[in-house]
Amino acid sequence: MSALLEVKGVSRFFGGLAALTDVDFHVDKGEVLGLIGPNGAGKTTMFNVVNGFYAPSRGEIRFKGERISGLKPHQVCGRGLARTFQVVKPLQRMTTLDNVVCSAFLRHPGRAEAVAHAEEILRFTNLWDVRDTVSKRLPLGLRKRLEIARALATNPDLLLLDEACAGLNPSELEESIGIIRRIKERGTTIMIIEHHMKVIMSISDRIVVLTYGQKLAEGSPAQISANPEVIKAYLGEGDD
Amino acid sequence: MNPAKIEVLLQTLISGLLLGGLYALIGLGMTIIMGVMKIINLAHGELMMVGMYIAYVLFAWLHLDPYLSILVAAPLLFLLGAIIQKYLVNPVLKVDAILPENQVILTVGIGMVLANLATMIFKSDYRTAPVDYATKAWYLSDIWKGSPIELSLSYPWSVSFLFAVVITAGLWFFLSRTDMGKSIRATAQDKDAALLMGVNVERMRMFTFGLGSALVGAAGCLFLPIYYLYPDVGGQFTLTGFVITILGGLGSTFGAIIGGLVLGVFESLTATYVGMGWAPVGRFVVFVLVLVFVPGGVASLLRRRRFGK
Amino acid sequence: MRAPVANPGRGRPLAVLAALAALPLIALVPGVNANYWMHNFILVVMWSIIGMSWNLLSGYCGQVSFGHAAFFGIGAYTAGLLYAKLGLSAWWGMLASVPVVGAAALLVGFICLRLRGPFFALSTIAIGVILRIVAENLVGFTGGDQGIMIRERTWVEKTWYFYIILAVAAATFWFVDRLVASRLGYYFVAIREDQDAAESLGIDTTRYKTIALVLSAVICGLAGAFYTSYMGYIDPKVVFALHDVSVMAIMVVMVGGVATRWGPAIGAVIMILLAEIIRTIPKVGTAHHTLFGVLLIVVIIFLPNGVVGDAGALRRLLRIRRPS
Repeated sequence: MSALLEVKGVSRFFGGLAALTDVDFHVDKGEVLGLIGPNGAGKTTMFNVVNGFYAPSRGEIRFKGERISGLKPHQVCGRGLARTFQVVKPLQRMTTLDNVVCSAFLRHPGRAEAVAHAEEILRFTNLWDVRDTVSKRLPLGLRKRLEIARALATNPDLLLLDEACAGLNPSELEESIGIIRRIKERGTTIMIIEHHMKVIMSISDRIVVLTYGQKLAEGSPAQISANPEVIKAYLGEGDD
Repeated sequence: MNPAKIEVLLQTLISGLLLGGLYALIGLGMTIIMGVMKIINLAHGELMMVGMYIAYVLFAWLHLDPYLSILVAAPLLFLLGAIIQKYLVNPVLKVDAILPENQVILTVGIGMVLANLATMIFKSDYRTAPVDYATKAWYLSDIWKGSPIELSLSYPWSVSFLFAVVITAGLWFFLSRTDMGKSIRATAQDKDAALLMGVNVERMRMFTFGLGSALVGAAGCLFLPIYYLYPDVGGQFTLTGFVITILGGLGSTFGAIIGGLVLGVFESLTATYVGMGWAPVGRFVVFVLVLVFVPGGVASLLRRRRFGK
Repeated sequence: MRAPVANPGRGRPLAVLAALAALPLIALVPGVNANYWMHNFILVVMWSIIGMSWNLLSGYCGQVSFGHAAFFGIGAYTAGLLYAKLGLSAWWGMLASVPVVGAAALLVGFICLRLRGPFFALSTIAIGVILRIVAENLVGFTGGDQGIMIRERTWVEKTWYFYIILAVAAATFWFVDRLVASRLGYYFVAIREDQDAAESLGIDTTRYKTIALVLSAVICGLAGAFYTSYMGYIDPKVVFALHDVSVMAIMVVMVGGVATRWGPAIGAVIMILLAEIIRTIPKVGTAHHTLFGVLLIVVIIFLPNGVVGDAGALRRLLRIRRPS
């Protein structure tokens, strides 16, 4: 069986700079793949390439066996691949519910169905209590979770989470980890960028390590934390 | 091609380049404001109109040569620009509004007020400054008796062009060699980094808006000997400035110079070969072509070559 | 049902419509120049249509247009040319303007919607100016600066003109209301709030921006086509005017309230009333652009959401002022 997402020899240049060089990896259906690496390693660029904001300069990306590199973000999303943003991008003047309704429309063109679906997502992500709050007034922790809820409302097969847990306090962190676990239990495949080592080690099935835009290592959390190169390049810098 | 046709073509190219040099100055002022503040100043042409009227009044009352009045108009426009930035644009940047384009709409309002005030003071009559060298020109046959074609170089156009070149060179020196100029460019590239490095961004913005206004004010003085003046003259120059900015690549000073020259030549060609009334259309045809085929403007073409891609 | 995504405001549309429909009764009031008032009512209703049109594209979808004169003018010239070239009644223009303006808007969208934010706004100015210059120069087709004169007036009385434009306004209001509460409306606002987020939520931003532009343009074109029949004369400087059409459209909505249900209508009342008052005061008349400009500046700085959007702030302001 082929993988859900295949990244094959992907490079991305900006001007003369290589943000990604010849990166290969895949994501299997049903797993949680952690993407880690020091700042500037190209993790978010990788997401932007997968999601269609940038076309890869070289290489290709296949999703469910179909080539998606070169498609626009909305087309990628339509094929079942949704993402969150590291720097949250709520639809500021819309309420929490309306934010989610916007993305629910993708699978439910009628308004009543879209609202019903969005409400279900809000309950699932514990955002029900703030459903009528205008999203720019939400605290950061909830805005991060709204990112997840919004992506989830497009019924993705693969969900890309870009530092969805950064900047959260311990109780918010617990809650977000719980939500990510439940998303996985629902059968949604997840690729996650995270700086929190504890989070990534506890929820990932496999981990890919990027440094300077190249893949340094790939393996189970246990293998990665024992890999001397990874320790030198990344963990050695001190765990935050 | 027979000599007569070549003559027309060369003459057209010459006037186009002269016009383009002046356009570049207008575009530069707008580009600098856009680069540093990410602000589009739609009152730009109206500021130029103010500069023209200052030069006109000085000429009519004191018989001051329009080229000398740059020394008065540029500082006054600098002041006007800085005041507009501090008391009108800045407060709007802090207001939370649904449309971030509020700032652009604001400058439209400012332009309307300036043009209307000019109408009230000077009436909507067309005016010119009848300088005594207005119709003077150099002819090719004066230098080269046996020339098969005849070309002329208008005196006021050439002088205005030279002034534009000198001002542009001065601006170049200022931006690349002085501390103030370097801070301006730093603010243009990364506001937050500039803040961290101790650049007073608020002051820098006031200064930049002033500088952009002074440049276009000077351009106004240069246009006075060769153009007619009326209160609504600014609108077309606002659009010209904007087209040049897009053409040059947003915020690129070098691009603005090239953009100005390209536009000047193109307009001149349109006027000669399609008809006078169509020259402004030529301007926008360039604009549309650039939008469709070279979205990054001249600057993106240069960059592409530099990286060999 | 819950309040839709955009600020719905209050007010009962049918009650307002009924009250407006009774306005021609002003003719029964002795001592009032009914014709004069009907003219102003017609202008207010026409401008509220243009305002609703601008509000749809710029207020809800966030694509600020400085070039609505282009669509107004194409609508007006469609009507005018049907009359001048084909000898048809200019009223057919209201029908014909829909495909003509729609096609023009598609073309404008193809060019201008490549640009984002303020750059889109600026490119639309260019479109308006290009069309004016083209109309001035294609003398054989448009009559150039001479404009087009409709020699036969349909009615001497203004009552029917009023009801026609009121019907268009009511239909526009109903249409925009429905649209804003639908999927399209949500998408428009999502694009306004964050285009990248919208795109990654599966919204084809180019497509929906184009839809907003075409709908907005067609509505504005209808107002233009009506203008030709009503005024009986058009020329390029009037119908493609930057300040008196494009900027006026912006002012109507900015003053009334961006992305509000009643903002365009209230803005139209205020602006037309103001224009009339300014016009009738001797000596001040020539300064009307100054006063409009100052009003625009004041509104942007102090009432960025317009009279409707900042109603709360306005009320508070007045309450504080009253005792002093």
